[in-house]
Amino acid sequence: MIETIVIPLLKIAVLLNAVLVSVTFMTLLERKVIAWAQSRLGPMRVGPYGVLQAIADPIKLILKEDITPVKADRMMFTLAPIISLVPALVVFAVVPFGGDELFYITDINVGLLFIISVTSIGVYGIILAGWASNSKYPLLASLRASAQLISYEIAVTMTLVSVILTAGTLSMVGIVQAQQDSGLWYGFVQPVAFVLVLIGGLAETNRAPFDMPEAEQELTGGFHTEYSGMRFALFFLAEYANMIVISAVVTVLFWGGWLRPFPSIDALAFLDLIPSWIWFFGKMFVFLYLFIWIRATLPRYRYDQLMRLGWKVLIPIAIGNIVVTGIAKVVL
Amino acid sequence: MAEALAFYTLSVLILGLAVAVITTPNTVHSVVFLVLNFLCVAVLYVFLQAEFLAVIQVLVYAGGIVVLYLFVVMLVNLGRSPEEHQDPRRLGLIGLGLSGAVLLELAGIIAYSYTREQSPPVTAAQASPVQGNIEELGWLLYTDYLIPFEVASVLLLVAMVGAIVLARRES
Repeated sequence: MIETIVIPLLKIAVLLNAVLVSVTFMTLLERKVIAWAQSRLGPMRVGPYGVLQAIADPIKLILKEDITPVKADRMMFTLAPIISLVPALVVFAVVPFGGDELFYITDINVGLLFIISVTSIGVYGIILAGWASNSKYPLLASLRASAQLISYEIAVTMTLVSVILTAGTLSMVGIVQAQQDSGLWYGFVQPVAFVLVLIGGLAETNRAPFDMPEAEQELTGGFHTEYSGMRFALFFLAEYANMIVISAVVTVLFWGGWLRPFPSIDALAFLDLIPSWIWFFGKMFVFLYLFIWIRATLPRYRYDQLMRLGWKVLIPIAIGNIVVTGIAKVVL
Repeated sequence: MAEALAFYTLSVLILGLAVAVITTPNTVHSVVFLVLNFLCVAVLYVFLQAEFLAVIQVLVYAGGIVVLYLFVVMLVNLGRSPEEHQDPRRLGLIGLGLSGAVLLELAGIIAYSYTREQSPPVTAAQASPVQGNIEELGWLLYTDYLIPFEVASVLLLVAMVGAIVLARRES
């Protein structure tokens, strides 16, 4: 009873809170990092160096009036933010934050596929939001978004096949253990796949330079133009939760999850003194920072360039990578 | 007991959502019901311990194909009610015939499964040298069902080429 119900429920409660709180502070981090990149100070007024801004923003969003446009489809308009947030939170069930069983909710034998398939549900939130708003710009944005997400989903999934081939398992814990056994992070074994998943992950989360669905200059804000208050905040939460998911997946697949650097070299064994979950969160933070850094650095792609990159560059490279991995697997 | 309860709840949900798909006047709502239906079917697969099939169901149907349905429905924007059929009686007869055939088939399957002696259905699983859901599926696909699998792949390739040819004809 305690083993099967109470402990998993406790873990889920802790994890959900941790994700949502870290999302709030991610927004602050993003504003600060972008401000520093542009020689500004960023939020400074609320609390010392603006750290309480992360608390003030959600309070403001909760207190704001929640407007539903008169011509909107009420049911779908309400449902859309929920649909986009829930999958982003569900996938944390199979992310192993540490080597011990305490640090993950469950480990299923189709873990990686579970993550891919559940996140693919999130696109409905964006499409339905654009459609239900009954407004031109959100509709255009949601059409763009769905086309973009589907295209890059193919590229990312194809790339992950080569990682699965290398690891020989779909379980998230199993993939990290396979890296431990081979003594090498898969970022070194599969450098091409690593870069492809990183690019595809940026596009999947609608982050710059692929933030086409919310291009302000062209779409007056994107698929959530008509949203306000907490329902808008749900889209925001979903985007940041998705960023955390992508960081976690890339960490597990390519940076050895909770393993220390160079797990095969015994001279570095003193690094094991640092607990496994600190390694994991440290690596995840690197990727989250990278996402923000890229947003502050790179200009947005044009839509046709984005599509060309997805279909004519990433997918062929991904297929080539599968072939090379397969040959290497047979030969070696 | 708990499993039976879950199964019947799920069955009611699946059938109810399927009815909702064809009765809802709004096409987009109908597509959303279809997605929910697919998700419930995926849960059913999990109950049958076919996790791989469940995940693929969500990935391919709910996450891929229906998104394209939604795409088309939104682009076409079916504001007006569908036109009356030329001869509704004729289509009704076809529908009646088809559903009768399906009913007959289901009855046949049930009757067959009751009359057949209980042969152990695990022979294929015992023969396969690998363990686990995905591994066994892969093993069967590449040994016993290799020819059908390859034929299906070629068929998909042909369909893809055909679609590209049709799409490029205009320009």
